[in-house]
Amino acid sequence: MEIPYTYKPRPDTGLYNAKVGIWLFLASEIMLFGALFSSYILLRVTSPEGEWPLVERAWPHGLLNIPIGTFNTAVLITSSVTVVLAWAALKMNQFGKFRAYMLVTLFCAFGFLGIKSFEYNEKFTHYELRLKDGKVFTGHIEVNGKHAGFWDFGSIYNLDRLGKEQVKEISFTADAPKPKPGEKHADGAAHEHKAMTVKVGDIDKLDAFILRNHTFFAIYFVVTALHGLHVLGGALVLGYFAFPGASMWRKNPEQFTNRIEVAGLFWHFVDLVWIFLFPVVYLL
Amino acid sequence: MSDHSKDPVAHADGHDHHDIASHVRTYLVVFGALLVGTVITVGMYYVHFDSMAVTIAIALFIASIKAFLVAGYFMHLMSEKKVIYSMLAVTVVFFFALGALTLWSSSDMPRNTQAKALYVP
Repeated sequence: MEIPYTYKPRPDTGLYNAKVGIWLFLASEIMLFGALFSSYILLRVTSPEGEWPLVERAWPHGLLNIPIGTFNTAVLITSSVTVVLAWAALKMNQFGKFRAYMLVTLFCAFGFLGIKSFEYNEKFTHYELRLKDGKVFTGHIEVNGKHAGFWDFGSIYNLDRLGKEQVKEISFTADAPKPKPGEKHADGAAHEHKAMTVKVGDIDKLDAFILRNHTFFAIYFVVTALHGLHVLGGALVLGYFAFPGASMWRKNPEQFTNRIEVAGLFWHFVDLVWIFLFPVVYLL
Repeated sequence: MSDHSKDPVAHADGHDHHDIASHVRTYLVVFGALLVGTVITVGMYYVHFDSMAVTIAIALFIASIKAFLVAGYFMHLMSEKKVIYSMLAVTVVFFFALGALTLWSSSDMPRNTQAKALYVP
């Protein structure tokens, strides 16, 4: 049995069925990300006044790496234009060009994910330290002479774990004071990048920049990881159509072109989410 | 490969090569505009506004223009069929309804509570 309307438009909608299908799916995706965006706004507007980490639960600003985020935005926008150019190449019967554009798209997709995981790692190895005397720092720790990195699994430390492992003191390298927007260096930036030894008994709180630490990190990781999964899923589908799935081009070029359009619509949606995500989590 | 004509796809929905070629130019212009938009958004971050509300409004305004370009041109929403518009209109209503419901609960949130009172180690 042949599936109807894979390329001929259905008389009542004027569209081939997959296009109606993908838009219905994207509508549900809008609601999914909409829920997370509203959660973000809710968490942010109800957070206490002040600047994190000085005020413990206040909203942090400027924690994410803006140049890297900007570059990643450009990478995703590039992949979005190449996927629509790939579709246009099929429309013009240029299969070679189609595959070239798809390759660029895939390269950008995995580039985006690679950069994102580098950013994640930066956060997983970055710590907030609050001492009992009220002093607050952010920086990097060493426990028993070992730098605690994320890829060394389970090495995210908190006070609980230091206690369990009977660690008596840690080495802590504090970050330089954060410059205000528009300034190159913070006032008195004669910062020594030197490790200090901190007695575990003096620590009030120690935790990495991870979900459990702060609502900002919770929403940041949930929403960017969900977005990252969409990038990965989209890349797998586009990769399938660029290589094994491309055999359909010989049998049914119109249906194949429509598949690329539908996969492209999903890809543009993923780009669209990032267009809002980037200023919201990196800049505001 | 031999049984379809030289131009298997182009006429299916009334586009021909010339049409598509002009689309391609549009896509490249939109691509440039999106990159410029990104640069402006980031540039605005380094221009320090006194009011956070102004900063947020500008950033979201630029993001909305970029979203309009992606949806309008890359996703062809500028010339789409009515059924898609109807679907999206319903989605927009529910999107804002969902947001409003979520924000409504902000009156139930522990606002400006002392940190220690909430902190469970």
